[in-house]
Amino acid sequence: MAALSLLMILISAAVIPGIISITKAKLSGRKGITLFQPLKDILRLFRKGSVYSTTASLIFQITPTIHFAGIALALLFLPFSGGAGLLSFSGDFLFFAYLLAFTKFMLIINAMDTGSGFEGMGANREALYSMLVEPAFFTIMASLVLLTGYASFQEIYNNVHFGDSSLSYLFAAVSIYLLVQIAMVENSRLPVDDPRTHLELTMVHEVMVLDNSGFDLGLIMTGNAFKFAIYGNLIANFLLPQSFSLATNVIIYLVVQVLFAVIIGSLESFRARNKIANNPQFIITLSSIALLLFFSVLIITHKLILE
Amino acid sequence: MASMESVVFVGISIVSILVLLIPRRSQYYFSLFLHVFLSLIGFLWAVRSLLEGGTKIFPMIDGVTYLPTLTIDSLSAFFVFLISFGMLTGILFAGGYLKPYRKKMSSLELGIHHLAFIWLHISMLMVAVLREGTFFLLAWEMMSVSSFVLILFEAGKTETRLIALNYLIQMHVGFVLIMGAMMYVQSLGYAFGFDGLAGYFSQQPILPLFMVFFIGFGIKAGFVPLHTWLPHAHPAAPSHVSGVMSGVMIKMGIYGLLRVLTYIHTDLYAIGLIILGVSMFSGLMGVMNAITQHDIKKLLAYHSIENIGIIGMGIGAGLLGVALNAPILAALAFSGGILHILNHSLFKSLLFYGAGSVYQATHTRNVEQLGGLMKSMPKTAFLFLLGSLSICGLPPFNGFISEFLIYMGLFKGLGLDIWYLDLSMLASILGLTLIGGLAIFCFTKVFSITFLGSPRSPKASHAKEVADDMILSKVLVGVLIVAIGLFPNIFVQWVAQVTALYVPDITPIENALPTLMKVGIAGGVFIVISLLLLWVRSRQQKQVVVDYGPTWGCGYTGANPAVHQYTATSYAHNFTELVGPLVGTKTHYKQIAEEEIFPQQRHFETHSFDVFEQALIDKPAQLMRSTSNRHESFQTGKLTHYLIYVFAFLVLVFLLTYFQIL
Repeated sequence: MAALSLLMILISAAVIPGIISITKAKLSGRKGITLFQPLKDILRLFRKGSVYSTTASLIFQITPTIHFAGIALALLFLPFSGGAGLLSFSGDFLFFAYLLAFTKFMLIINAMDTGSGFEGMGANREALYSMLVEPAFFTIMASLVLLTGYASFQEIYNNVHFGDSSLSYLFAAVSIYLLVQIAMVENSRLPVDDPRTHLELTMVHEVMVLDNSGFDLGLIMTGNAFKFAIYGNLIANFLLPQSFSLATNVIIYLVVQVLFAVIIGSLESFRARNKIANNPQFIITLSSIALLLFFSVLIITHKLILE
Repeated sequence: MASMESVVFVGISIVSILVLLIPRRSQYYFSLFLHVFLSLIGFLWAVRSLLEGGTKIFPMIDGVTYLPTLTIDSLSAFFVFLISFGMLTGILFAGGYLKPYRKKMSSLELGIHHLAFIWLHISMLMVAVLREGTFFLLAWEMMSVSSFVLILFEAGKTETRLIALNYLIQMHVGFVLIMGAMMYVQSLGYAFGFDGLAGYFSQQPILPLFMVFFIGFGIKAGFVPLHTWLPHAHPAAPSHVSGVMSGVMIKMGIYGLLRVLTYIHTDLYAIGLIILGVSMFSGLMGVMNAITQHDIKKLLAYHSIENIGIIGMGIGAGLLGVALNAPILAALAFSGGILHILNHSLFKSLLFYGAGSVYQATHTRNVEQLGGLMKSMPKTAFLFLLGSLSICGLPPFNGFISEFLIYMGLFKGLGLDIWYLDLSMLASILGLTLIGGLAIFCFTKVFSITFLGSPRSPKASHAKEVADDMILSKVLVGVLIVAIGLFPNIFVQWVAQVTALYVPDITPIENALPTLMKVGIAGGVFIVISLLLLWVRSRQQKQVVVDYGPTWGCGYTGANPAVHQYTATSYAHNFTELVGPLVGTKTHYKQIAEEEIFPQQRHFETHSFDVFEQALIDKPAQLMRSTSNRHESFQTGKLTHYLIYVFAFLVLVFLLTYFQIL
């Protein structure tokens, strides 16, 4: 099951960037790329040579690899269809979240090592945004723990389907909404960051990796694709009860991942970008919505009784 | 048998005075020798208590009644280990750090410094093992005085002298509170010292006396708002001292608090909430203030406050668990808090030694003048990075383990059927998350600005790697940091013994051990994957063309990293804008007026200040000074005026008596 889970994530990661790109192209009336073009781009990067800045030190050379290693390890924590990931223990979501924070740390010092003002700016914004978005994720997890009484990905997802089902699904809907928004922030997409922007001054994530090339850039881009698949997986698992057959779950999973990519593509097509100064407000709003989620769980579980 | 080593201990205390008399060259080795012995005695006590368990009570020297009795339980043993290890790495680091001063300072000056360092070691060990009031207070006072002398190392600077004085005064405020609390207990007929507290707390009101102890010990530990001495004293002291002070000495405040808590068995709900609330506040304020600092050691000092907050959150949440009969919350959060004491002492001393190495190599602590040290001091840089990663609580290093335990306790605390407890658990979880995120923000800043990019001043470009013994002490600490991260079980089992003093049921910790093993394994897998990928990468790099060139300037060919790279101020700016008045920043800049057609040359300067220091220390002190200044006019220095005052006073007394008001 764990191996299958890994395989499913890899498949989704391979197609998600393509689907997002195609969706955006279709919605804006362009022809668009083929599905596997992003994958081919990455594969070509792995064969390419590199150019390094003379300002940069050893840190610049090793951090993209460690960044990627962290994201790759995070994949092993993800559950699938009621089964546990390769690594699963009580509190695994903490390790997972802190691991992703670790990868952020690596990418930030990678950018700062080049001594470029632009990259410093991007790194700084990324550090701020990922710090602000973390409480939202933890509030969702706290609500799930409160609702189910368990503290690992597998147990949480297995138990969120039981009990008073209608309320649980209502709850899942809000969680999914939040997870999509968090995914947009964490993956540096609209409205916080625009991957298509041409001006370095307005970039966040893209400007951080301006100096990376060849193998390192390939790893960073693979990591980005993986991160999309990770959030897609977290969302999909809400809809994969153990009671369904495995084949059904595989299909649901892939459909959800594709839908997730399409949603991101369409959100990006119809949404304007925030003013940079308003980004913190936007991100903190996600935490407040997550807090509402927590309160609703308190009410659902009859702990907080409103007179 | 039990007191064999304490005879050596007494011997060392007496012999230590000789350090004043011997020549400069051998002073360091003499004091190293004594420190090694003291540490060995400490390790012996700690290991013996770990293996045999229970409480050991033995006289310092058999048959000598005027010397105190030593009492070692698992809590004492834990702190004794912390002290011994911290002091050992401290003195190793001092070897390289003090070398440049050996030419500048007289043998007496250096001797006093060494003597104070030895006595800091002795007094901290004594604080951890003495229970009787007089001797405990004596040891506590010795600890404050010796650290005061240590801060005064560079006494030639007026600033240092003022800071040391500030430290001494604040420590004595704490001392008076602790002594007063103990004397009050004695006045009610209980024993003087910790032993009397058992009786007091079982019969008398708990909260008021606890609060006195909390403030008294809290000044040492540095809980906000009692922390104001800390960000000044740490930067002023030489780095081996600040490493030890931050890593070990402020923990003695936590020790005192924990020792008092062993005697309290009721009212734990209120006490837990107080500690949890104060700690969360300390954690957040500490890290927020840290972000705005540009003095690398001041920044680390604020992080000490943050970590004291995390420790306190673990303890506070654990006490809540005990009070509400939630064994998992109690055991996990409490043991997380205790383990974080050890963890913080490790990574903080590592970071302070790193900062000290940077200071020695560049002669500046201002990060705005540093940069690019990764190339000239790679060993120091990598060890500093290790410290930064572990202080941020990132896996697979030790900081993660203790934060993981606290988090697990908090998440398990959610299951209880009390909604306001759920809310306080959520608040703590979010507090811890924010502290973690802010720490990452802060350490990406300080690491990048100090070690990456290109040098910002000639001081930084001429830096050279520091001596090997300084690296060695850092490696020793680093090994333990990684060991705790990869093999948490061993250490958590040890910590469980301490937790058992407070938490009736520690089976949740035993149940959590398999989970912790998996955390360790996951950390190991992470390291393996990283190494494997790095190997693949090195293979790939051999096959392709690798070229070097200037950093991409986004089309601007005049881009020069030395001028255009990000600074610490700009890195912190978007955060300081966000939190506004919580961290004080002062800007010195005169706006250009509209009628000013040809603007004059201008200077722009910002600096940060501590909001609490301003409100609690500076403002009252200023008020006092201005009030007394206002009354200065009475003091004319003329005899006739003074005679008039006396006369006026007599008239007043007469009138008051006459009209029968008095």
